[in-house]
Amino acid sequence: MTATMTPYQSAAPSSGAGFVQLLHAEWTKLRTVRGWLFALALGAVLIVALGAGSAAGSHRGCGGGPGGQLSGKACAAANAPPTGPDGTPVTDNFYFVHQQLDGDGSITVRVTSLSEQAPGAGQRPQGPADGSVPWGTVTVPWAKAGLIVKAGTSQGSPYASIMTTASHGVRFQYDFTHDVAGSDTTVSTTSPQWLRLTRSGSKLTGSESADGAHWTVVGTATLTGLPASIQAGLFVASPDYDVVDDHIVGTATYGGPSRAIATFDNVGLQGGWTPSTWAGSQFGGDGSGPLGPPGSRFTQSGGVFSVTGTGDIAPAVGDPDNNTIGGSLIGSFAGLIALVVLGALFITAEYRRGLIRTTLAAAPDRGRVLAAKSVVVGVVTFVVSLAGCLIAVWLVGDLRRNNGFYVVPASASTTARVIVGTAALLAVSSVFALAVGTIVRRSAATIATVIALVVLPYILGASAIGPLVWLLRLTPAAAFAVQQGYHRYSQVDGVYTAAGGYFPLPPWAGFGVLCLWTATALGLALYLLRKRDA
Amino acid sequence: MKTVLHAEWTKLRTLSGTFWLLFAAVALTVGLSAAVAGGVSCSSSACNQDAVKTSLTGVYLGQLVIAILAVTVVGNEYGTGMIRTTFAAMPRRHLVLAAKAALVCAGSLVAGVLGVLGSVLAGRFILPGKGFTAAHGYSSLSLLDGPTLRAAGGTVLYLALIGLLAVGIAAVTRDSAAAIGLVFALLFLFPLVTAAVSDEHLQRHLQQIAPMSAGLAIQATTNLQSMVISPWTGLGVMALWAVGALLFGGLSVHLRDA
Repeated sequence: MTATMTPYQSAAPSSGAGFVQLLHAEWTKLRTVRGWLFALALGAVLIVALGAGSAAGSHRGCGGGPGGQLSGKACAAANAPPTGPDGTPVTDNFYFVHQQLDGDGSITVRVTSLSEQAPGAGQRPQGPADGSVPWGTVTVPWAKAGLIVKAGTSQGSPYASIMTTASHGVRFQYDFTHDVAGSDTTVSTTSPQWLRLTRSGSKLTGSESADGAHWTVVGTATLTGLPASIQAGLFVASPDYDVVDDHIVGTATYGGPSRAIATFDNVGLQGGWTPSTWAGSQFGGDGSGPLGPPGSRFTQSGGVFSVTGTGDIAPAVGDPDNNTIGGSLIGSFAGLIALVVLGALFITAEYRRGLIRTTLAAAPDRGRVLAAKSVVVGVVTFVVSLAGCLIAVWLVGDLRRNNGFYVVPASASTTARVIVGTAALLAVSSVFALAVGTIVRRSAATIATVIALVVLPYILGASAIGPLVWLLRLTPAAAFAVQQGYHRYSQVDGVYTAAGGYFPLPPWAGFGVLCLWTATALGLALYLLRKRDA
Repeated sequence: MKTVLHAEWTKLRTLSGTFWLLFAAVALTVGLSAAVAGGVSCSSSACNQDAVKTSLTGVYLGQLVIAILAVTVVGNEYGTGMIRTTFAAMPRRHLVLAAKAALVCAGSLVAGVLGVLGSVLAGRFILPGKGFTAAHGYSSLSLLDGPTLRAAGGTVLYLALIGLLAVGIAAVTRDSAAAIGLVFALLFLFPLVTAAVSDEHLQRHLQQIAPMSAGLAIQATTNLQSMVISPWTGLGVMALWAVGALLFGGLSVHLRDA
């Protein structure tokens, strides 16, 4: 005789049933621990406070304005660089030997020499550019000499140019951001370089030749907004040289103005262009200061032109102050530390108090527990950081402008990318901390590991030391690329460092690196959580 | 004091984590130093790199492990409630903290000496192959050289001070997690904010008071005149931070219920 016993079954819904209930349970844990709410609030406050504090502590005045001292927003406007035809901030200073030319035609020239100089030959200590230190020969790889057609006399107006450079051969460049390489020759008296620039309507063609008889087209450009009569002629420019001192934390750069001296001959106009007198003038101001009496910059005798120029015609790249929208989120590092502590404690506290056994008894599917915890931590930290980042970007930008700083303009999509990306970076980092916490089970070691992986590589990689820059490609710190404020232009030797707003990876690729680390850590955490006793 | 030290030593040595952490501190210090030394290059006499400082880069990672050790020595006792037993056995609480600080200090010194020696040795063997040669104005790294000895010895002291700072902070927060967050914020946020501030004077002052920037000024052997703070003064600033944190910690241990 057998008695059938029906085991007791609770009328309550089975615990593993609802992921929603699990989420609710984890959310209840989070919101009822005062210390964690404090960490969340601290995260948001730090994101704003650190950025606002550093912006409030920096002032820039402008003395040179026509109305005397400028301050605040007027100064910020005066500090703004010109913008190119597509809105990119640009540098547009060079020495211009020009005349007005109407309609279509072409201009030809032979460049016979190009050399560069800097005060004290660029050696330390860096000398002033006022002539009190003798100028010595240096190499400025992007020193330029050649022909240019310029739409107008205002900085940032459309142009096309064909040039020889000190170390990068012949180049055809137009409208600041476009750069086409020609032959890789270096100009000297024994190997002069012929250049030609031809206008046909809005189409400009740059050609080069070694002998003046056989011509090769380097590139063509269609310029919009080119009037019928333009300024065309010879130009010489030499960008500031930068020497980067490698420091492990932060970089120190020193540098200064340089000048290039070029010799031209066989200057000729063809087609519909008729020659008149050549006039020499500095286009767009001196840039880095006076480089000697203006009269000495251009001499012409017997068809030989000697021209001295400084400045550059190129997109403006990173400045050490990083006045980009990404730069206003410096507080995200502080917020990150607070939120990482929260993410780690969300699991390690359960281990320390033994609560994890209750949690796992109530919800035996450990994968779901980890998922619920990740979702709650991720969503909550994302919302909090998003709020912090929105306020920080608005407040810091305003403070900077009020204190006389030019803030690099950002498009709506860039602004959204930086703000949402930074909030996502902080949220994913917290989830990463949760995963590492599940693996390590100790709060101090977890927090130290995560901060060592996310923040330390940024600090080390912000220097220009080669191997350390790799840290910004391989470690989770790569995700700070979502704050990318500058594009790297191969035709500009700038100081491309993370501290200046430049990251080696594209924004979302960098963020992907962090996600990859987090996914791996979560996978390992899940494996260990299932395998080990709680 | 001797019995307190002995008690704390027993606690510390019977935890398996202690020796692993000290080992990790040494390994990470030497590892990062060697990796950076293997990655840098100097192609001319104007490469302006500080060979000694470069070969001691690993301390950036090593200090984090020392901080974990220091924070857990104090924080874990609060976490587990063991601190009440400790204070019941030794009612003079500041002596307990002093003993913990002394042991952390000793541990950091041992790990620091090994880590720094390993780093200098790695630099001595790796850097000449990377262009840090006599032709470019670099002599082989040697502790017989005054500035190199100062940089190496100072780095060991720096690690010990980091340990003391973390012990002090943990005694104030009484929680490992909060303490480690605070220590790291103190170390890392200063350089980040310094980079974000555009005002040169403010930048200078921030570098002078920041525990990490000032403390690691001890590693510099070139361009000393252009530094914002001299090596020993910088280490002094770091020492002030450590002493301040310990005083606060001692006060907090003394005044509050455990």
